[in-house]
Amino acid sequence: MKAAEFDYVKAKSLDEICLFLSQQAGEARIIAGGQTLVPLMAMRMARPNTLIDINDVEELKGIEITKKSVIIKACTRQSEVLESVDVRRSLPILSDALSHVGHTQTRNRGTVGGSLVNADPSAEISLIARLLDAEMTVHSVRGERVIKAANFFSSAMITNLDADECLTQVCFPIWSSVRTGFGFHETSIRASDYALASAAAQLSLDSSGQCRSISIVIGGATEIPTRISETEEQLMGSDLSDTEIKTAMEKIPEMLEPQADVHADADYRRRVACVLVGRALKDARERAKGSLV
Amino acid sequence: MSCHKVSLTVNGAKYAENAEARMTLVDFLRDVLDLTGTHVGCEHGVCGACSVIFDGKPIRSCLIYAVMADGHDVITVEGLEEDDGSLSPLQDAFWENHAMQCGYCTPGMLIATHQLLQENPSPSESEIRDAIGGNLCRCTGYQQIVEAVQMAAKKIKDNCV
Repeated sequence: MKAAEFDYVKAKSLDEICLFLSQQAGEARIIAGGQTLVPLMAMRMARPNTLIDINDVEELKGIEITKKSVIIKACTRQSEVLESVDVRRSLPILSDALSHVGHTQTRNRGTVGGSLVNADPSAEISLIARLLDAEMTVHSVRGERVIKAANFFSSAMITNLDADECLTQVCFPIWSSVRTGFGFHETSIRASDYALASAAAQLSLDSSGQCRSISIVIGGATEIPTRISETEEQLMGSDLSDTEIKTAMEKIPEMLEPQADVHADADYRRRVACVLVGRALKDARERAKGSLV
Repeated sequence: MSCHKVSLTVNGAKYAENAEARMTLVDFLRDVLDLTGTHVGCEHGVCGACSVIFDGKPIRSCLIYAVMADGHDVITVEGLEEDDGSLSPLQDAFWENHAMQCGYCTPGMLIATHQLLQENPSPSESEIRDAIGGNLCRCTGYQQIVEAVQMAAKKIKDNCV
């Protein structure tokens, strides 16, 4: 359980990271918190020739909040975002989801960008990114591009990032409507363990209480965080009564093809994901009405 | 393969030694600095036995390479004792409550709960359980560990009054 040999370089700036990546032709990996990469290397499921340490690159750290969005630089620690009072005020669903990410010890090292690029199917940050269709900014010597969450995740543990690209920040949009509410639920073996299934919902209501916009996403039970647009369409314009939610959810199980493993079989994950969507939707509805904090 | 000079502070003392890039911080502490109080359990970030305080925050020392700790400040379980070398109130409470059987998880448990008491001197039971959520113990069923932390919190509070 020791990593294979590798070379180590410490980058001082984003330009240096991009240069190192371009010179290494896919043989180098960036290391930030290392909370996913180091175990993968210990188990020799990852064997990069070179590690590029980006922990000293200050331009990749920090949180910026505007009226329209919460921007988090890629190398910002998960614990810093979780502890931020401003993030909790502007985007409480992200704070809520972050409290389920690993444990105190791993959140103190793990970064927001690291979680996104590792694209674990159970990852809470990826789930929220997909829910809100966050925008990921990536850099390389070829320039900069912005990738929407809808096009960012390719399959389990794989993104659409090219080998020479470095994620620099993620921008989570804030919904401006007053009657907006969110819900987030997950099920795991122990508190803070990997989610067997997770679900998040965000919606806003008009003055008559009808659903004006809605986003629902499932994680853990799918290879990548997955929007369930059919259910969203069914609930648009409705009052989101318990009956309407129940009817709209009937088709969810057949949309999912969960992986089975030692922790849970596919049927269990399918059923749990469905229950969690229901809970997330009801929490979102109550928050939008102002009856749940 | 690259080899690097690692200069860091551990429990207040400065060290400078060489480490292969792939050497984890926990192996560096144990095998190079001979600080064997920190235990190695799973080596992939699941058990928490290797927890240390890194720049003031608990982390897992098996999930960081020693070279990445260059220039940083580390506190291990050896650094928790009182200045005169006696057990800290927390360590003493672990002793009093039989908060260990085999003792393998104990360094990690002490680091996690030491940090908890620093940040939150009067934690609730659920806050204690949350703080040790990333530390596995296969002997105690966690009950005595929770009781030890509760006793330590009370002792520290009584001594301050």
